[in-house]
Amino acid sequence: MRLLLAALLLGASPALADWSDTLAEARGQTVYWHAWGGDPRTNDFIAWASTQTEARYGVTIEQVKLTDTAEAVARVLAEQAAGQDTGGAVDLIWINGPNFLAMKEAGLLHGPFVADLPNARFVDLGPDAPASVDFTVPVEGYESPWRLAKFVFAHDAARAPEVPATMAGFVDWAAAHPGRMTHPNPANFMGASFLKQALVELAPDPAVLAQPVTDAAFAAQTAPLWAWYDALRPNLWRQGTAFPENESVQAQLLADGEVDVAMFFDPAAPAALIEQGILPDTVRVFTPEAGSIGNISFVAIPFNAAHRAGAEVVADFLLDPATQAHMQDVTVLGSYSVLDPARLDADAQALFDALPSAPALPALADLGPTLPEPHASWMTRLTAEWAARTAP
Amino acid sequence: MGGAHRAVTGLRVALLLLIGAPVGLGAGLTALAALGWQPGLGGDLSLAGFAQALALPGIGRSLWLTLLTGLGATLIALALSVPLSGWLIGRAGAARVLAPLLAVPHAALALGLAFLLAPSGWIARLLAMPLGWSVPPAWPLPGDPWGGALIVGLVLKEVPFLLLVTLAAAAPRDIAAEMAVGRSLGYAPGRVWARLIWPQLYPALRLPLFITLSFALSVVDMALILGPSHPPTLVVQILRLLMAPDLALRVPASALALVLLGLIAGVVALWIGAERGVASLGRHMVRAGRRGRAWPGCAAAGAALGAGLPLLALAGLALWSVAGRWTFPQLWPEGPSLARWGRVDWSVLGTTLGLGVVVTALALALAVAVLEAEDRARRPLRIGALIVLPLLLPQIGFLQGLTSGFLVLGLPPGPGAVIWAELLFVFPYVLLALAGPWRALDPAHLRAAAGLGAGPWRVLGRIKLPLLQRPLMAAAAIGFAVSAAQYLAVLLPGAGRVAVLATEAVTLSSGADRRLAAVYGLLLALLPLLGFAAALVVPDWQARDRRGAGDGA
Repeated sequence: MRLLLAALLLGASPALADWSDTLAEARGQTVYWHAWGGDPRTNDFIAWASTQTEARYGVTIEQVKLTDTAEAVARVLAEQAAGQDTGGAVDLIWINGPNFLAMKEAGLLHGPFVADLPNARFVDLGPDAPASVDFTVPVEGYESPWRLAKFVFAHDAARAPEVPATMAGFVDWAAAHPGRMTHPNPANFMGASFLKQALVELAPDPAVLAQPVTDAAFAAQTAPLWAWYDALRPNLWRQGTAFPENESVQAQLLADGEVDVAMFFDPAAPAALIEQGILPDTVRVFTPEAGSIGNISFVAIPFNAAHRAGAEVVADFLLDPATQAHMQDVTVLGSYSVLDPARLDADAQALFDALPSAPALPALADLGPTLPEPHASWMTRLTAEWAARTAP
Repeated sequence: MGGAHRAVTGLRVALLLLIGAPVGLGAGLTALAALGWQPGLGGDLSLAGFAQALALPGIGRSLWLTLLTGLGATLIALALSVPLSGWLIGRAGAARVLAPLLAVPHAALALGLAFLLAPSGWIARLLAMPLGWSVPPAWPLPGDPWGGALIVGLVLKEVPFLLLVTLAAAAPRDIAAEMAVGRSLGYAPGRVWARLIWPQLYPALRLPLFITLSFALSVVDMALILGPSHPPTLVVQILRLLMAPDLALRVPASALALVLLGLIAGVVALWIGAERGVASLGRHMVRAGRRGRAWPGCAAAGAALGAGLPLLALAGLALWSVAGRWTFPQLWPEGPSLARWGRVDWSVLGTTLGLGVVVTALALALAVAVLEAEDRARRPLRIGALIVLPLLLPQIGFLQGLTSGFLVLGLPPGPGAVIWAELLFVFPYVLLALAGPWRALDPAHLRAAAGLGAGPWRVLGRIKLPLLQRPLMAAAAIGFAVSAAQYLAVLLPGAGRVAVLATEAVTLSSGADRRLAAVYGLLLALLPLLGFAAALVVPDWQARDRRGAGDGA
């Protein structure tokens, strides 16, 4: 009788019925989540998520630690090329920006699936909402948000108390502190973000950046950027002849005292690194006065994922308010929630209110406005142009 | 006799399929990819990939850096190995020290060395106090644009290898007598070694030298940690292209792999050409007849540095693995803290161990089969080229092609593909390590056993293998160490699904947590050492056991 009632209720809501099918199918699956493995706390968080999804849904997560997300994209491309349309090695990818664009354009993604996730009701999925646009590319349900990213700088306030208020100001700052500043190699996402942050501030007409790049637009909009960079580069770490591989290596340089500035795409990262004893506790966060670029990190499911149902369950688990609050805890991950506070009930809100604070943890309001990312095609051009300009 | 011949033929075919075919398939697919054709994707054959590859920013400097680091490291290592081997030759147990030194995987040594050489490393901290530094010096290590740190790392790994092969080549000769003759002619001992004895050993060193050269020109893990980055060496550039999301970039990547192959072939050809010049110069110097002076301290100092630097690097890893906060210029960290050891994913250690055991067991079984088949057929199997090929070719020149070939053949990336790929590199070393002792077995024992009516299987099981227990264990330890050190052979055929200590250590070397990287680096360094310790201890322990049983009887 109760079963019948349940069946009737489920029948009344096809989406929910589908979801219970997904849950049933997912039970017992192992989801191979390809995620950048350079941050041990993220790795720990994913391991924690696995214990949670296993207890709740019988789904275990196996993190495939990447040095670069492109590795996972290449893997799926290779499988597609070899005609492997099912049983693919990659179930879930931590992805955004150009990698998402590349996969979406090549038809390598499963979806749209986001709206079917029960916890998507806590996310603002309106057409202009941050979770609906990834580097100006419409998400269209092909990737599910999981953590918020906003470009910030960090400095050691004990060694270098003064910081520039604008990107342009870094030229004078570096001249006054030669060798004490650098940025990750723009072949890496973080290094490219540094150039984009400067481009957004220095471009004569930032509105053009939202459009796909053209030769003419690129020449016009990036001219001030390269003039700025040419003035900055001689005073960079190692005279701008070598660059840290990614932001983690640069954080290590800051910890070692080799440089005074680091940059992150996670405002809570410095507080988290202080907490772990990696950065000195005198490190503080700052952003340019005009604001900084920001975006959301997503998870996507390849078209040929062997464990698609399990991957959807994991994507849904990541949007659970309890998960998001756990993630925002600075002692855990310290990533800001992607959920819309207006959509949370009192219990969910209380989870966030109870989180601990830290001196190096900025309030979201202190970080200034979030500037839109340029269209993903700009990043590719910026990276290539930078490589050509700086090749010895 | 006919059965033995059939067995030999079967074994040759099996080895061809197991070792030769994957290398050929991988190299062939890489060459096709360089010309624009990839399995599944198709494509028109053209040379556009080469044009694209050679138009990459900084590619000229990449080529130059590859040459500089690969050739430079090998020349320096060779130059150091001559006096050092002369110094070691009379010293008992030298090989026992060298083997563990050789066993430390490149990635672990590179990590330790990077920590040591960095502006905030131990060396700089030692100098900071007397020089009054409050921030780290601005020296560009590791990753200096000239490849210096990479050369140091390569030299530290190559010298023990060259020393071991030199000692092995010298083993059959009566070196003490030759030295006595040389010294009676008034030569300083170092000169007798370097000008009279060593040149006679050189023919046996050529192949190991070419393997060393090829390795140094195509090393990946060490170049990722110690090498220059902007631009990097050729092989790192190839890896970056292979890992890029755009599959079309596999074409220039494969083209560069062929360029690298050409570079290696060119360097080897140059080397062979230079041999004549050096030889005639050497003869001229011998004829000139200068006797030289003894420099007893130099070789000892060199040996101390060569063994001391890796030990210091490993000590640094050990310290970082338990370090709390460690700000510059403090000489010692706060702590100790075991927090990072609590964060170790022990399944990675298990995977490394498991792969090593399986691959080593397969390689040992194959090696025993080859040597036994040679005994029974009473002729060599002539598989030299097959064995040496995977060691002479740059790994990046065929492993990517092999991975896509495996995929097409229905072997998906994963542990199976990794085991097969690792076997290509483990088997040659195991066979080479076992062949000498096997062929040196006293035939009288075997004839006596056969005379007592024992069949070939009984001779193998009851006489040969027990007599060869020590060499078998030593070969297993070498095989295990080679397996644990594999990076590219796990990364590419494993497609990220197979995590071992080497891949984790390299990944973490580009993370923010040096302590966790140190933990994995240390585990990576210790695992093969434990293998060598076991190879030394187990036969002793078993021998004691057997003696005990004999006493009781």
